[in-house]
Amino acid sequence: MAQQEESEQQATERSLTMSRAMVEAIAHEMRENDEVFYMGEDVADYGGIFDSTDGLLDEFGHDRIMDVPISETAYIGAAVGAAQAGMRPIAELMFVDFFGVGMDQIYNQMAKNTYMSGGSVSVPMVLTAAVGGTYNDAAQHSQTLYGTFAHLPGMKVVVPSTAYDAKGLMHNAIRDDDPVVYLFHKRLMGIGWMPAPDGPKTGVPKDDYTIPFGSADVKREGEDVTVVTLGLHVHRALDAAESLADEDIDAEIIDLRTLVPLDTDTVRESVAKTGRLVVVDEDYRSFGVTGEIVASVAEDGLADLEAVERVAVPDVPIPYARPMEDEVIPDTDDIADAVRSAHRT
Amino acid sequence: MVGVSELHEMYEEMVTARHYEERLQEEYLDGKQPAFDISAGPIPGELHLAAGHEASGAGVCQHLRDDDTVTAPHRPHHIAIAKGVDLKRMTAEIFGRETGLSKGKGGHMHLFDPDVNFACSGIIAEGCPPAIGAGLAAKKRNTDSVAVAFLGEGAIDQGAFLESLNMAAVHDLPVVFVVEDNDWAISMPKERVTDVENGAQRAGGFDLPGARVDVDDAVSIYDAAKEAVGRARDGNGPTLLEVQVHRRMGHFMGDPESYRPDEDKAAAEQRDSIERLAEDLRAHGVEDTTIQESRERAHERVEEAIEWAKDQPEPDPADAHDDVFSNPPSGVTESDPSAEVTGGDD
Ligand SMILES: Cc1ncc(C[n+]2csc(CCOP(=O)(O)OP(=O)(O)O)c2C)c(N)n1
Repeated sequence: MAQQEESEQQATERSLTMSRAMVEAIAHEMRENDEVFYMGEDVADYGGIFDSTDGLLDEFGHDRIMDVPISETAYIGAAVGAAQAGMRPIAELMFVDFFGVGMDQIYNQMAKNTYMSGGSVSVPMVLTAAVGGTYNDAAQHSQTLYGTFAHLPGMKVVVPSTAYDAKGLMHNAIRDDDPVVYLFHKRLMGIGWMPAPDGPKTGVPKDDYTIPFGSADVKREGEDVTVVTLGLHVHRALDAAESLADEDIDAEIIDLRTLVPLDTDTVRESVAKTGRLVVVDEDYRSFGVTGEIVASVAEDGLADLEAVERVAVPDVPIPYARPMEDEVIPDTDDIADAVRSAHRT
Repeated sequence: MVGVSELHEMYEEMVTARHYEERLQEEYLDGKQPAFDISAGPIPGELHLAAGHEASGAGVCQHLRDDDTVTAPHRPHHIAIAKGVDLKRMTAEIFGRETGLSKGKGGHMHLFDPDVNFACSGIIAEGCPPAIGAGLAAKKRNTDSVAVAFLGEGAIDQGAFLESLNMAAVHDLPVVFVVEDNDWAISMPKERVTDVENGAQRAGGFDLPGARVDVDDAVSIYDAAKEAVGRARDGNGPTLLEVQVHRRMGHFMGDPESYRPDEDKAAAEQRDSIERLAEDLRAHGVEDTTIQESRERAHERVEEAIEWAKDQPEPDPADAHDDVFSNPPSGVTESDPSAEVTGGDD
């Protein structure tokens, strides 16, 4: 009996890298809906520099998996226009750092047209982008910019940390009637030349499923300290929690999964239990995710807060050389230190 | 007509640039074998090598002085070498060392050498606006310096480039745009992203002179650049040049190039502008032994730079916090305006 259940589960669920899971969701939506198409640089024959479209060209051809000129303003804006015409385009920024080139289309059009039209226009598109450092690609190719997109009103912002989440969130993103910025961390994709940590490769159901936006996920339950994070740092926080367990510190790890909408309830409930909050972010420290989470807890649950720590990139561009990049991007030890310090107070 | 000593200089620069890329490739792959891990080895991160682009850097920069500005894209080494960037400190930068051009903060896509007015940016076409800014400064100050923006053919579809062409033209700025056409933008062949075969045609739409050099040949590029740089220096405004080069390696190290037909790669390897220039030298009566000495000098210079760089200390992690500002805000004190106030009734 148990054996039969197991094999049934294997038939419907297997372990996938995050990139395979993302691609599976995109392929499914493209099969179901002719209006879905993908535009980006090197997304066709190359399959995406970070495997984000790997294999899609074979099934869908160059008409729907479109290589575009290196003209971010034009093709991101084209996605906005096609979306307003009722299609469901996905446009990819190869690295999020290139957002500046097409930023007007992103924040003055994609994000605002629904509001400026009094709700008469909708922009059902997805803007995907690779984010993150840890491999010494320096200041113009290593940012996450989570806070930048979340700060500007009008975009839903998704940051998956596992294959399971990546697939469900991608289904939801493509079906959503609003613009969704889907930020995938290079280090989590499972690319051959950039080894991923163990965590992001998970079981993934074969069938389609959605993960609603605004539902944070408690990736590890704990009683002593709440750690709120996202993306790559979910895994670094989980590693830190393992080592802290040996010191009898029981950390709860919350993966936000989406920044807009933000699930503050899950965070507040956890802080109500632990009284101690550590926020970990791979974005710049000031005016970003860490400050926002702390403020939203303080607004409604100030009395619960006994200790607060922020772990983020100090306000410097990401440096190239290994010792300096390691210094600014939070690692497992930085997180463990912050949790210990919150626990002491 | 180009003289033999200039041919010789270009040759040595090109051999230096080629050997540099071949040696960097070896160093880069060290620690990344058998499994390629981009973050491992003595040179981490992306590495875009310019083997096959040498004629462009040498042919253009032969006309430039230290006070002329050059902006380069993500594939910058051959241009930096031809512009006279300090090779040792550039190499130390690529190895992420404390004595590198940027103390290890910039890396190979972000090389800055203010002594020879060289800078690069890894964002496609974004070196064009700063280049016209350098041209604007030269014009306002009445100097005869010029600025050259190098870019790939994949960059000619960017607004930053097209806007810069227009602004340079309307203000008659002393700027030369040099498009290095290697047929590929990563995996995208030119014809997939633009209907224009000759990128220099973009000039026509903005009413500035445009020319294309169809052969990967240092002398032809030298001649075309002579006219363009001369025009800028004489106050006669900008030029757009497109030059044919070849990408002999992957887009970046680790690129599987599965999108690229074998014949295309083989053809790129055959069209060797360095060999072509060696033949020119021989035709000018330069002895083989002299050419060989040139090669040896170039190789030695590269080896010395690499050896020196690898000996340099790594930066202190704490250095990451410096250099965000030239004038760090921590030291700010408010000036007292009252001392300056004169007049008034009270
Ligand atoms: C604005 C921007 N978009 C995309 C990229 C990613 N990218 C880096 S190099 C490159 C191809 C550039 O091709 P080309 O300009 O022809 O130069 P080449 O690499 O062939 O020398 C791309 C798309 C980038 N760096 N900046």
